Amino acid sequence: MEDLTDVYNELIMEHSMNSYNKRKLEKADFSEMGHNPNCGDEITLELKMNGNIIEDMAFSGHGCAISQASTSIMIDTLKGKTIEEAKDIIKTFIEMIKRETTDEEELKKLEDAIAFRNVSNMPARVKCALLAWHTMEDMLKNFNKN
Amino acid sequence: MISSEEIKNDFPILKNRNLTYLDSGATTQKPIQVINAIENFYKNYNANPHRGAYSLSIEATEIYENTRTKIANFINAKHREEIIFSKNATESLNLIAYSYGLNNLKKDDEVVISIMEHHSNLVPWQKVCKQTGSKLNYMYINSEFELTKEEIESKITDKTKIVCITYVSNVTGTINDVKSIIKYAHKKGAVVVVDGSQSIPHMKIDVQDLDADFFVFSGHKMFSPLGIGVLYGKREILNNMTPFLMGGDMIEYVYKQDTTFAPLPNKFEAGTQNVEGVVGLGAAIDYIEKIGYDNIQKIEEEVVQYAVEELSKLDYLTLYISPNKENHSSVISFNVNGVHPHDVASILDSENVCVRSRKSLCTATYEIFRN
Repeated sequence: MEDLTDVYNELIMEHSMNSYNKRKLEKADFSEMGHNPNCGDEITLELKMNGNIIEDMAFSGHGCAISQASTSIMIDTLKGKTIEEAKDIIKTFIEMIKRETTDEEELKKLEDAIAFRNVSNMPARVKCALLAWHTMEDMLKNFNKN
Repeated sequence: MISSEEIKNDFPILKNRNLTYLDSGATTQKPIQVINAIENFYKNYNANPHRGAYSLSIEATEIYENTRTKIANFINAKHREEIIFSKNATESLNLIAYSYGLNNLKKDDEVVISIMEHHSNLVPWQKVCKQTGSKLNYMYINSEFELTKEEIESKITDKTKIVCITYVSNVTGTINDVKSIIKYAHKKGAVVVVDGSQSIPHMKIDVQDLDADFFVFSGHKMFSPLGIGVLYGKREILNNMTPFLMGGDMIEYVYKQDTTFAPLPNKFEAGTQNVEGVVGLGAAIDYIEKIGYDNIQKIEEEVVQYAVEELSKLDYLTLYISPNKENHSSVISFNVNGVHPHDVASILDSENVCVRSRKSLCTATYEIFRN
């Protein structure tokens, strides 16, 4: 296995233990629950939009260090982006974790979320890293319908 | 007496992968004796039992049926046809729920299960209760992770028709006083389903002494291959039950619109069976009997005592086991305070230590830990 400190790095530990993104939005436009039935991790994402732009996001719930940090860092990354940009970033993140892309230029748009690239070496933890991103993906799909 | 070092050497995977394997509650590793038995079956005996008229098929049938007898002796069943092969304990429990539960429960009847049940002995009963209008009631554990006599006797009532209880909890390691529960349930007119999955690798089972109506277990938790399980049921109960799966080898006569079914045990064994699994299960029983339950318990006691002693020294860790040693098997649950179990498991994995890391193994039990 890869060196564990590659996965449990400072950024991830910081976000998992005390995330400023773990809070309630006062007026959320949308919320979506994500659940990993295998391990019991459960998060709820809240989203506030300004036109086509993600103005604010927050999360609540419980889970392991990787799922909590991944949720928090995703929020940092997607805040201020348009829906189309967000969808593109989510797609790239999922591809990175599944090792479907290693293009450094492409990965740059993930900003801090690139810290999770070594999770791709830990198959048992891939679903922890992806929980928030899949949940967000679902929420944006529904958003388009409305 | 065989030493634990000798036993360890029987498991090739431990050496091949340099493992410290502490997840036998999920599935045991397989000793070389079981692996060899399966190889020998495929090299020398493979055929479809009960089908061919040639000697190879007859030999395969003998191997298959002799293992049934071996299992009957192993758990002291009165009749060999009381042993039904299934895929695992889950399938055995579903068979009971669908074939016995659906046909015998009525509106306002009660099914009583313990809060310690594995999902496989919980979810099927939820479905059956919903479908029949019966009520699903829970027996709860006390702060020592045990079911008290008062709790048992307040939940099992005259309305109770089925009681389902795990012999040993896969979460807390609690050994339930199944014999007393069965006695009380019978007094109230209920049948009792015992999930023996976590007990069968650790202690001698005598279904007649327990007076269990049903007893189920998975082979893979007792050194046999994956995908083979057993349902024991009292003959008179099984005889009155309708088949669960329909197909070949479970029939007597097939007409265009109707079918009569084969007698026990074939009635419940539709289609080609997992003969490799049965062969492996037979070899696993030989292996357990070679070591002996007395020896198994002695070794386990030493290991558990050592582990509990050492784990108790760690002040950042909370242990969840009964303080009453005689009621505790060899499952040790713990929490590293403030750290999610998945993270603990990943870190132990980097040292080749395999542990179970789940908080939702049993959703209902988890509620107790959380509260």
